[in-house]
Amino acid sequence: MSILIDKNTRVLCQGFTGAQATLHSEQAIAYGTNLVGGVTPGKGGTEHLSRPVFDTVREAVNQMPVDASVIYVPAPFCKDSILEAADAGIPLIICITEGIPTLDMLRVKTAVDVCGARLVGPNCPGVITPGECKIGIMPGDIHLPGKVGIVSRSGTLTYEAVKQTTDFGFGQSTCVGIGGDPIAGSSFIDMLALFEADAATEAIVMVGEIGGTAEEEAAEYIASNVSKPVISYIAGVTAPAGKRMGHAGAIVSGGSGSAEDKFKALEAAGITTVRSLADIGRAIQERTGWG
Amino acid sequence: MNLHEYQAKAVFKDYGLPVSAGRVAGSPDAAVRAAKEIGDITGDASWVIKAQVHAGGRGKAGGVKLASSLEEIREFASHWLGRRLVTIQTGEDGQPVDKVYIESLTDIDRELYLGAVIDRAERRIVFMASTEGGVEIEKVAAETPELILKTSIDPLVGAQSWQGRDLAFRLGLKGGQVREFASLFVNLAKLFEDSDCSLVEINPLVVTREGKVHCLDAKMSVDDNALFRQKGLAAEADGSQDDPREAEAARHGLNYVALSGNIGCLVNGAGLAMGTMDLVKLHGGEPANFLDVGGGATRETVSEAFKIILADDSVRAVLINIFGGIVSCRIIADGIIGAVKDVGVRVPVVVRFEGNSADQGRAALADSGLNIIAAASLGEAAKRVVAEAERAA
Repeated sequence: MSILIDKNTRVLCQGFTGAQATLHSEQAIAYGTNLVGGVTPGKGGTEHLSRPVFDTVREAVNQMPVDASVIYVPAPFCKDSILEAADAGIPLIICITEGIPTLDMLRVKTAVDVCGARLVGPNCPGVITPGECKIGIMPGDIHLPGKVGIVSRSGTLTYEAVKQTTDFGFGQSTCVGIGGDPIAGSSFIDMLALFEADAATEAIVMVGEIGGTAEEEAAEYIASNVSKPVISYIAGVTAPAGKRMGHAGAIVSGGSGSAEDKFKALEAAGITTVRSLADIGRAIQERTGWG
Repeated sequence: MNLHEYQAKAVFKDYGLPVSAGRVAGSPDAAVRAAKEIGDITGDASWVIKAQVHAGGRGKAGGVKLASSLEEIREFASHWLGRRLVTIQTGEDGQPVDKVYIESLTDIDRELYLGAVIDRAERRIVFMASTEGGVEIEKVAAETPELILKTSIDPLVGAQSWQGRDLAFRLGLKGGQVREFASLFVNLAKLFEDSDCSLVEINPLVVTREGKVHCLDAKMSVDDNALFRQKGLAAEADGSQDDPREAEAARHGLNYVALSGNIGCLVNGAGLAMGTMDLVKLHGGEPANFLDVGGGATRETVSEAFKIILADDSVRAVLINIFGGIVSCRIIADGIIGAVKDVGVRVPVVVRFEGNSADQGRAALADSGLNIIAAASLGEAAKRVVAEAERAA
């Protein structure tokens, strides 16, 4: 078991024939991902990486069943691509691209919610269920099939958590990068709910960072909804105050978004926190008693 | 990207928002000419002249002056142009003043606040209004949150007049002011969306002695990710307001923030870059900078990044922490070797490579004959660099 994706997940790639998509699709196929085809407008009817290429997402889903779509198109076109995937009824949309305008994401998130689709990202490494399905840009070989669910706002911090859980032999059930943008398709809470319900996940690592209040909201949720052990790390204790864009932001969110505030909220909710990034693996061991 | 007040007011004017007659000037002569022109329009010899910097708190810092003669205009412009203005929102070095903005004087009856921002939690544009204008709005929010009125914009239908009327009545506006405010609110929301803003603020929004609603100040920040489709606004960027090292880094696609410590950090990924700084601090060191080379790092960008770090005289040791995902450690290693050969290196460099091509990266550094310390783990790397910095200090 796992969350979101497994060996049966049929994956479509939007922006399939581009350089980034080609590189990461090759690696995904080599990892064993069931990549069934791709979309590049104007290249429909051709083949790429021995998979069929379609002009539109709708055309693809009319030809073959699709469970998830991964988006590698450039930022100015992502709003369009995400909405196209949602309109075609694809239930899981994973957007890797960085640099999407925030107002695009406001509208996309609202529309995707109306469609009932689940969006992960943007500006994220993607999702991987080790040994089964890799959707995104993470290096596959650091993962190990196992029992820790990992959810993170940062790509490279996810890799650190993955490596430590691999080195300790715990492995990962599924790893999800929810992305570092102000408006994300999925929240920590969305993923915590899935990990709590997943039989294969025995402990959860949540990696946060400064800004916003997503970690504080997650802490509140965990206190009353998550029975599995949660270990959390927050990056940005030393980030300078005063590097703000304007003072109105902190007013609406009702807090400063500082790492200390987040650590406090997490600790108050009974979550094991880690001050050193290098101690995630050890903290899981201490919290769970795993050998 | 931040706009100056005079730039924001030009956009405001395009959207029919009530602003004063104003002119921008880059020299004392131009300032006097501008004041004369405004006087000809208003038939009045009273002005306000303001230093144009990307920071609030200008009034208290002496960067805003009421003037009733052209001599005063000349004197203010001569004093500030070419100087740096230090306010509570700037660093201790302040921001350079290259332009002053001259406006006709407004007689004020009441000072209000109106601002809009993207609320992450609500995932909407949220407007805030308050009867407590002209003061630090953060303080109002902290001490008397009940005085901050809010309304949020539905992303699919946009701002509605009733929301503006509702705020207007709650602000105690009367008669024609309610309609004026509601129209201002709807137009400001349109401006926010059309211009891809991340922040718009009018502090203060005033009611004049004549009972008109009027924008006395204007602040706009534009989403950097949207500059590709905001070419007109992008062209207004004033690079002189940015930290020169940060601007140089940005030109090479690097995220760099200067800090006060002595351990230079070169990392891939913003999260890991913060995490690395935290780890340095946890082991008793002080990071000299935040630097994210990004996922698309090339030999050249890494080389530039290394040079930017070494250009900081306070750096006593450098920690390079790379977890190769997309980026190959081999490419990072080549970039470091190239930079060291170009500019030389006088301080110890500790490197931790993990992930994509980590072994080849370590081998390339070992073969280079350069004095580079390879660390086996993240924790060890942090401890080692702190020890090296202490020894060198």
